[in-house]
Amino acid sequence: MESVRKRSINLPDAVLLQPILAARSSFYYVAMALLGGTTLGFIAYLVQLRRGLGVTGLNVPLYWGVYITNFVFFIGISHAGTLISAILRLCDAEWRRSITRAAEVITVLVLFFGVGSIIMDLGRPDRLLNVLRHPNFRSPLLWDVCSISVYLTGSTIYLYLPLIPDVAILRDYGKKRVWFYRLLALGWQGTPRQQHVLHRAIAVMAVMVIPIAISVHTVVSWVFGMTVQPMWHSTIFGPYFVVGAIFSGIASILIAMALIRRIYGLEDYLRPVHFNNLGLLLLVMALLWFYFTFAEYLTTFYGGDPAHLVVFYSKLTGRFAPLFWTMVVTCFVIPFSLLSRARTRTVTGTVIASISINIGMWLERYTIVVPTLSRPRLPWAEGTYSPTWVEAFITIGFGATFLFLYMLFTRFFPIVSIWEVWEGRERAVPEVVARIRSYLPEDGGEAPESEDLILQTKEKP
Amino acid sequence: MLIDLAKCTACQACMVACESENNVPCVSPEEAGRRRIISWINLLPEIEGEYPRLTMRLAPVPCLHCDSPPCILVCPVKATSLSPEGFVRQTYARCIGCRYCTNGCPYTRRMFNWYKPEWPGEFAEALNPDVSVRPKGVVEKCTFCHHRLMKARDEARAANRPLAEGEYTPACVEVCPAGAMYFGDLEDPDSAVAQLGRHPRAFKLLEELGTKPKVTYLSEGEWSGGERKEA
Repeated sequence: MESVRKRSINLPDAVLLQPILAARSSFYYVAMALLGGTTLGFIAYLVQLRRGLGVTGLNVPLYWGVYITNFVFFIGISHAGTLISAILRLCDAEWRRSITRAAEVITVLVLFFGVGSIIMDLGRPDRLLNVLRHPNFRSPLLWDVCSISVYLTGSTIYLYLPLIPDVAILRDYGKKRVWFYRLLALGWQGTPRQQHVLHRAIAVMAVMVIPIAISVHTVVSWVFGMTVQPMWHSTIFGPYFVVGAIFSGIASILIAMALIRRIYGLEDYLRPVHFNNLGLLLLVMALLWFYFTFAEYLTTFYGGDPAHLVVFYSKLTGRFAPLFWTMVVTCFVIPFSLLSRARTRTVTGTVIASISINIGMWLERYTIVVPTLSRPRLPWAEGTYSPTWVEAFITIGFGATFLFLYMLFTRFFPIVSIWEVWEGRERAVPEVVARIRSYLPEDGGEAPESEDLILQTKEKP
Repeated sequence: MLIDLAKCTACQACMVACESENNVPCVSPEEAGRRRIISWINLLPEIEGEYPRLTMRLAPVPCLHCDSPPCILVCPVKATSLSPEGFVRQTYARCIGCRYCTNGCPYTRRMFNWYKPEWPGEFAEALNPDVSVRPKGVVEKCTFCHHRLMKARDEARAANRPLAEGEYTPACVEVCPAGAMYFGDLEDPDSAVAQLGRHPRAFKLLEELGTKPKVTYLSEGEWSGGERKEA
């Protein structure tokens, strides 16, 4: 690939820079609305800090509720980006090029809200640093502290590396904030040596980030799995949570892609084929999720331990049944019926499935955290829990702030990786041809015919 | 500690004694309705049979001061630990209030300070000077009246003699009008708790979890040991 500097001012794919160059007035309205949500959350947290956690709906024995549900949910979504993007990169899935950036940003941003949810849940947030001063490495919560900090570092680097050439484009052709982009571009000139180093670094990070990501959600599940509480103490919680995390993660990418495509008019870059492919991946995860859920509940039922069965029936037929069955419908029935047919695996279809999955996965976490705590092992009176406005406002505040930061990112950096699209056109197309040729017997046919075949497949929509 | 359920009348004197001895904060009726009561020792109900032939048994349950306590394992900041005497203690000044220990405890015997603790009227003047009050946002629990042990030990040391049995008892044991609660050194095979602990009626709560509680119960009739009998 020729150096970025040598390109003409009329850049190809300049539409990708449009969101950074000029903002529509609607941007400011949406930003105001989202910051309003942030303010609500902020006020609610101030009230909680002043008066204590008594302002939430938490009680004895329901010591954990919405905050911990949000924690698991946000950390789950964070698996969207980095993990999916790393897997697609390593598999040389060429259709990844326009979606990796949008996914990686989700990871980095949402991790802050996962950690934030834990801080919201602390009775003494002022003593947070005790986890560094007096760490107890036998506690799964400390494992969380370790794995999440490694993940945040790793995924930030993994987001930043592929951003460098794009930042250099903004430095060279943009007019705004040039000093900022110059700083971030680290002197990128696009020389062959720089490109070689960058590709190596991205590949190394992609390999490293996968085990880190898997460890993060495994450890999150161990916060529950390592206790002896009924229906938390399960050996499959690790993989079950990882599957759930990737599941809600892919759903979140799809929603983000649909929004970006609509708002910035990037229908050419985020095409139905992307939605179709991610939709297929989502279908696989839906089936896996169902398999794990089925295995988990059947084992509990068959084992017949009374302490476990109390929790089991409270979910299937008891007080949590509406939430539990909504979860089954939104996590499996709706996505499966939409995604298993090519006719409904469209942009709209996958987005509906994704929204449904994210609702369902939040409910899944809620029906893991709350029912177990409401029926403790000893026959104390049954606990009940209903979240208060404080918990609702903080949740709204988190969601709004996340969307705001995401939107802000799209105004500062190209949300579709420009250089990777260029590279796709210039380098990957011949590479893929060569790769496919390498799969086939060399003396099977004549070369000119295969050229025609490639042209034909390219023309297909 | 050993509690003979055949003697216990469920009068709740132990609960009252504990609250006043340990400066356990008062909770308004509204907050009590929202299950924010802090009680270091509480009566565990077990209801048997069907209406109208119901029987209800009640057993006082303090912190069982397990030998292998799940709560200590899960605390991220080492705010709870086993003392040399084997008590599960809580370091209020270090606790970050994550409530992982409260969820790790299979007996639900750990309590959280949802608000800044308050004592209305003369209650505030009747606080026990030997026991520190807890700030809002931390976990607290039964200490087996550890301050009493320190006092008794100091007195014995001043008189240059070993601590005798009965010199140190927690408030709940001291106050029990039915004499249903016993307290002593489990490592001394001749102590009352150790002897009664070998009785055929002796059992421990949720023994199968392997937490090794230091509180033993003597059963009354066919007490099941606090487990859930049916789903």
